[in-house]
Amino acid sequence: MQGLTTHNLSCIRGERAVFAGLDLAVNPGRAILLSGANGSGKSSLLRVLAGLLPAAGGHIEWEGTDIAQDPDAHRARVAYIGHSDPLKPSMTATENLRFWAQLYGLDPSVEPALYQFSIEHLADVPARYFSAGQKRRLNLARLAAGQNSPSGPTLWLLDEPATGLDPGAVSMLANTILAHLSNEGTAIISTHGGRLDELLADHADHVTLQTSQSEFAR
Amino acid sequence: MIGLGLLIRRELGLALRGGTDAVMAVVFFVLAAVLFPFGVGTDPAMLPRIGGGIIWVVALLAAMLSLERMFASDHEDGSLDLLYLSPVGLGTLALAKAVAHWLTTGVLLLIAAPILALLYNVPANAFGALVASMLLGTPILSLVGGIGAALTLGARRGGVLLALLILPLYIPVLIFGAGAIDGAIAGRPIAPQLMVLGGFLLAALALAPWATAAALRQAIE
Repeated sequence: MQGLTTHNLSCIRGERAVFAGLDLAVNPGRAILLSGANGSGKSSLLRVLAGLLPAAGGHIEWEGTDIAQDPDAHRARVAYIGHSDPLKPSMTATENLRFWAQLYGLDPSVEPALYQFSIEHLADVPARYFSAGQKRRLNLARLAAGQNSPSGPTLWLLDEPATGLDPGAVSMLANTILAHLSNEGTAIISTHGGRLDELLADHADHVTLQTSQSEFAR
Repeated sequence: MIGLGLLIRRELGLALRGGTDAVMAVVFFVLAAVLFPFGVGTDPAMLPRIGGGIIWVVALLAAMLSLERMFASDHEDGSLDLLYLSPVGLGTLALAKAVAHWLTTGVLLLIAAPILALLYNVPANAFGALVASMLLGTPILSLVGGIGAALTLGARRGGVLLALLILPLYIPVLIFGAGAIDGAIAGRPIAPQLMVLGGFLLAALALAPWATAAALRQAIE
């Protein structure tokens, strides 16, 4: 039944042990809300789980199978939202979103995804004219584009996704995540508390990474 | 192949809309080549002799101008992470970037080169060798340049480092590219030089995307 589990997972950046001995488990239909002070390793953990960073130790399993056995399959199940918004300023909202949808083999009809984050009126506007919040909404619309496709990713790794969003947009994000969870999807979300945590509270477990656990590996 | 086409189309679209890099490269190419006769003299007997070499040296310097930005924008805005996670993989990305760089820079250099050859009074019988050598050589500049662009991604003074890394690798292209033009001017067969350049191109096509992908992987981590 378990979706994603980590066993004794550790990560080293430079000479610093960002986290060590981490055991996590998240079932389909559930989310983990990761909290912790700056530098506690939330972003590093999400990057390790996505396969963007190698783990220094331990291993990650998906439905009981080590993801290292088939990294391509793992990448195919991951939707990753990082700190930056991967948008090209000269491309319109539709072009930006459609590019990612096509690259990931998703439904290229991205209008419903734009609508889901209330930016359909910006569909033909180049991203250079977007506010920070609108750029964030467009980035998050990638999740909706995946959700609207049968082959969409099942494991969402979201690094402080609510940053820069107004309360209305946070609700849209929460609704999108809840819809994903109701389809037996899984999400691991780093947050600093706030409204998103409240809206997801009934469907999520909290994990706090402690900065004090970090140590120098020297 | 769908992913490769999609990536090339995206790169070309971005270059056409916002990129001045390609235009700058060609303007640099023409300006630098025009400057040489002011320094070395305008002896009509000497210019054709040095013309082929100068055109090739300036072409590879011009091709380098836009290399630093090849992956920088994708690295800065987080696109590189998503490209890595996508089904197409970094090798395809590296190939697509090199193809797009060649289409937006190499082809323009290829078009401008015969005009510069006229300025250098290069005989008409060497124009075929010039175009053929650049047709085979400029894609190598883009493919090998991609390795340097990936290796210096995120580095301080990346442009200087890129030049130090890549210029030595460009030397064989320069030797055989200029050699083909000199050979044509002297009436010697140019097939050997062109075949060597063709071999370099095939080797670069096979190896450069792989090496670039490995360097990009390091940059992501």
